[in-house]
Amino acid sequence: MRKFKLGLFSATAAVALFAGAAHAEIVIATAGPMTGPYAAFGEQMRRGAEMAVKDINAAGGVMGEQLVLQIGDDACDPRQAVAIANQFVNQNVVFVAGHFCSGSSIPASRVYNESDIIQISPASTNPQLTEQGFENVFRTCGRDDQQGLIAGNYIADNFKGKTVAVVHDKQAYSKGLADETKKTLNERGVKEAVYETITPGEKDYSALVTKLKQAKVDVLYYGGYHTEAGLIVRQMREQNMDTLLISGDALVTDEYWSITGDAGNGTLMTFGPDPRKNPAAQDVLKQFKETGYEPEGYTLYTYGAIQAWVQAVEAAKTTDAGPVIKQLKSGKFQTVQGEYGFDEKGDVTAPGYVFYKWKDGKYDYASEM
Amino acid sequence: MLAYFLQQLINGLTLGSIYGLIAIGYTMVYGIIGMINFAHGEIFMIGAFVSVIAFLVLGALDITFIPLALLVVLLAAMVFTAAWGWTVERLAYRPLRGSFRLAPLISAIGMSIALQNFVQISQGARVKPIQPVIQGGVVLFTGDEGFTVVMSYLQIFIIILTVVLMAVFTWIITRTSLGRQQRACEQDRMMAGLVGVNVDRTISLTFVMGAVLAAVAGLMVTLQYGVVDFYIGFLAGMKAFTAAVLGGIGSLPGAMLGGILIGLIEAFWSAYFTIEYKDVAVFGVLVLVLIFRPTGLLGRPEVEKV
Repeated sequence: MRKFKLGLFSATAAVALFAGAAHAEIVIATAGPMTGPYAAFGEQMRRGAEMAVKDINAAGGVMGEQLVLQIGDDACDPRQAVAIANQFVNQNVVFVAGHFCSGSSIPASRVYNESDIIQISPASTNPQLTEQGFENVFRTCGRDDQQGLIAGNYIADNFKGKTVAVVHDKQAYSKGLADETKKTLNERGVKEAVYETITPGEKDYSALVTKLKQAKVDVLYYGGYHTEAGLIVRQMREQNMDTLLISGDALVTDEYWSITGDAGNGTLMTFGPDPRKNPAAQDVLKQFKETGYEPEGYTLYTYGAIQAWVQAVEAAKTTDAGPVIKQLKSGKFQTVQGEYGFDEKGDVTAPGYVFYKWKDGKYDYASEM
Repeated sequence: MLAYFLQQLINGLTLGSIYGLIAIGYTMVYGIIGMINFAHGEIFMIGAFVSVIAFLVLGALDITFIPLALLVVLLAAMVFTAAWGWTVERLAYRPLRGSFRLAPLISAIGMSIALQNFVQISQGARVKPIQPVIQGGVVLFTGDEGFTVVMSYLQIFIIILTVVLMAVFTWIITRTSLGRQQRACEQDRMMAGLVGVNVDRTISLTFVMGAVLAAVAGLMVTLQYGVVDFYIGFLAGMKAFTAAVLGGIGSLPGAMLGGILIGLIEAFWSAYFTIEYKDVAVFGVLVLVLIFRPTGLLGRPEVEKV
């Protein structure tokens, strides 16, 4: 029996080797929440990655070879993220543009690190991701210690003497962001009146809302994703509250507006500079619009991450992790987000965060409204 | 302080009513065939989806007279969800009724997963929002420091509808011939069959009744929170099942009482302690109740049949 298994194993290995040699293709992947409450973001990543692969293949591929895209669904669940990562290892993926949720990216990065797969997350902002000392991990978005700093200072500057509350949903991204903001607020001498956590996935936050009402909260800083944020705003307006909601980059989807309706007017959020306003992105933007899709939020961040990796591979003349990492850390890349590079930790050198405001179903720079 | 207490009381009652309505479905099925219908949370989710679809259809037909729209949606949700409840029973439970006790339970879990995935594939994984249908509310009174106690029209609607449905279903169970047949099946299914009760039909109708209540709860969630996704059945089903056990599984008023209690515990724990531990509080109370009253608050101890 054992002999038979061994024989089978070597036979498969031979077939796999043969298949690998026969197809001159490079397998890359993106992973994010393709299902579940945060599926809107998974769609952004999938659209961005598909368009990037299509454009690169049309332009002749990478080192003359065509790219093949695998899509993984982690549903923002840490366990599923590890399973997806292992699946990618078996599919001989050399590069992953993902994941979305920090709570998924961090456990998955351990798998990629062991298997020499390069990971560039377009969206995971928890500082820990690039603080683990993994050579192969990068990101094209900012970090929550930057984001929290900007949000905290903004609140301290613009809402002097107002009552502030901090709420988050206990997930890696949410807690990290809320606590960074709270730290900055406290350093600036602002003490939050309420600090609470909620359970993501629930629908009824009326008890929290009443608590905020009792504390007469003027500004609510929320660390978390758009579905819960939308429900909280909606329920605040139902209880006749005009509290302002301020949150982070996980509100950059029009789904936020479809949950809140007019209750979302005025909501502030931090997010990187909008790549849609970048001159380098206009051609890609036009292509997206032709397909009837608005490349909002992290779509172009994912597109850019794949561009950066492709340029590093072209420079290194191999897809092997070692040389490509060296190129990524030393080079400058022309992407839809503009030109950027990566520092020693793997964080992007592009400018950090700006404030956006939601108004009538669209978000734009708060300073321009 | 009083104003704050009242506002949280309203929050708790609204949430508790929804839990209670779902819990009745668990309790009725358990009462009659002694089986936990784990797919009931999914039936509730389907009710919510039917409501959303019905609202969208009415919106497309330009029917904006709200009472009429509500009535049509309510009926559509009840009819379609009842059909689902009936089908689930017919396909997944009836063929297994004579087999060993765990078989229908496993079948129910399988059904729950199947329904969830079916909705995910056919309706998409993204959340389905609808714009608020009934807006506004009444300010009951203004407490100290200008804290206004607000009760939305929707909350009033939910609580009244729950009371009415509760009365109707209690009447059906205690006063009608269908109710008599259900109680007969509960006591002894074989004997009930021998004296001419159509057992299959009675059980099917029980599932249909549970599904109708779940549909109402689904509509309420759609109206109140405005967001529906394929996953809502799981969380709500868990809470409602807990409510049924807390109130005494098998007991109709018990399920309602359990639902309201859980809603109130959640609201008041969140109000006066940290929200993080509200589920711990709910399940803590459940444990305490079960230690001192193993059959739940209103459950009757099972009499050993000789």
